[in-house]
Amino acid sequence: MTKKIVQIENVGQSFDTKKGKFVALRDVHLDIHEGESIALIGHSGCGKSTLLNLIAGLTRPTSGVMLCDGREIAGPGPERAVVFQNHSLLPWLTCFDNVFLAVERVFSAKEGKAKLKQRTHEALELVGLTHAENKYPHEISGGMKQRVGIARALSMQPRILLMDEPFGALDALTRANLQDELMKILAATKATMVMVTHDVDEAVLLSDRVVMLTNGPAATIGEILEVKIDRPRDRLALAHDAHFGDCRAAIMEFLYHKQLKRAA
Amino acid sequence: MTAAVIASRPGAGVEIETVRVAGGRNETGSEASVTVVEQKVEKVEKAEVETERNGRFGEWLQALSRAVLPPVIGLALLIGIWHLATLNGGGIPSPGKTWQAAVVLFSDPFYIDGPNDQGIGWNVLASLERVGIGFGIAALVGIPAGFLLGRFAVLSQMLNPIISLLRPVSPLAWLPIGLLVFQRADPAATWTIFICSIWPMILNTAQGVTRVPQDYLNVARVLNLSEWKIFTKILFPAVLPYMLTGIRLSIGTAWLVIVAAEMLTGGVGIGFWVWDEWNNLKVEHIIIAIFVIGIVGLVLEQILMLIARRFSYETR
Repeated sequence: MTKKIVQIENVGQSFDTKKGKFVALRDVHLDIHEGESIALIGHSGCGKSTLLNLIAGLTRPTSGVMLCDGREIAGPGPERAVVFQNHSLLPWLTCFDNVFLAVERVFSAKEGKAKLKQRTHEALELVGLTHAENKYPHEISGGMKQRVGIARALSMQPRILLMDEPFGALDALTRANLQDELMKILAATKATMVMVTHDVDEAVLLSDRVVMLTNGPAATIGEILEVKIDRPRDRLALAHDAHFGDCRAAIMEFLYHKQLKRAA
Repeated sequence: MTAAVIASRPGAGVEIETVRVAGGRNETGSEASVTVVEQKVEKVEKAEVETERNGRFGEWLQALSRAVLPPVIGLALLIGIWHLATLNGGGIPSPGKTWQAAVVLFSDPFYIDGPNDQGIGWNVLASLERVGIGFGIAALVGIPAGFLLGRFAVLSQMLNPIISLLRPVSPLAWLPIGLLVFQRADPAATWTIFICSIWPMILNTAQGVTRVPQDYLNVARVLNLSEWKIFTKILFPAVLPYMLTGIRLSIGTAWLVIVAAEMLTGGVGIGFWVWDEWNNLKVEHIIIAIFVIGIVGLVLEQILMLIARRFSYETR
């Protein structure tokens, strides 16, 4: 068994609201192994993003223990990079400067400016955006913005890449393109990834394990499905793959039969 | 149930393929239609080169008249009404008389004939200087104060009631306090400008800080940026448009207030000049002063708009 990067033990999260305590997550147990890709799937409002924010350290759990590399997660850290749903690039910085901001923070203590710039170029090259380095976010398409977001996250050389519905706001063709590119990047960097998604196909295509969450409030992990398909994966070939179909069916069964939301 | 879902899956795959084909057709279809349109445009251009040139000039003339004509008509109406109103005599001078007085006045705007008799140019500059100093100090104090108020909720809770209490107070009410503290008229006028132009800058900057999108602050947290980097790379650029709005409001108020303050304090300045000309019963000079004050205010506003546009980033 490979090394565990993140350990989530008996974690619960509740928020104080005007109507009293709201329990978002309870009894969550999950180990994330090195090099593994995990998809978190569930109906909206089930706490997928809450769980991702907990791993990112943006929020602290109200109960339980969260460890990263054996140490408690006390806040955000460069070893856990986040790609946000709405790209969250700073509009007054060029693509290069947006990525450079992250690179500078992580590596400036040890490396000179030339090396930092080189790292930034490399990160943008990895997502195929060398030509758009000096453009501002409003000058490029939604798909390109999201690629810059991915480049920014990868440039920090994180132990784990956390993605919150990274392709949710994109059209179907752009999404497919970026999924393919993400698979290549993951293969090249051997990065560990946790992705929140509501797209069943995306979950199966990109991950080794699909973690299905029950409906909130007080959501928890309902089932975990292992996707036993060798990498590299080819989306066209998978369309006729029996195991791919089984996985898809199992998730749909969970989402639309066991956890059907009545008034959503 | 599981079996049923599996069975439906290849169907879904086929569906995706058909959608793709349809998308491809669409694309080529629209491309073809674009080229057809382009060809048509070319033909039209070749056939009508001559008329095109004339047409372009005509269009340009039309656009110009559309932009210039309405304001000119408005101004002409104003002067016409003014002229009609002064036909039967009365205290208000006619447009013609005012124009003649203006020609004389602006032929030598920078004369100095004793401390209380200087050209209109000096008066305007003196007022601008007071506004500049009072407003400058207000910016130096107000903008950092606004950042602090926006960033720390405790501070804003502490100071907001006081600001709400003091903001609606007429700036002229502060003039006696200025006179008492500074013992001289000039710094008292500057103090009045300071106190009236500080509120919009504090409030707008503070509001800008509280409205920085949470996404950007999350980025700062995930990247673990230092406070200095957060300020220079995220807070300051995000707040800048709000800050510039505050500055624009402030300078407008400052220019409004300086006229009234100078009427009370005397010395050299456009406000005092208006009062002095009233004492001399040169009403046409008062009307000229009204126009001058309006134009200077307009120019200040336009300069700040220009700066704001220069620094505004485009968000989409």
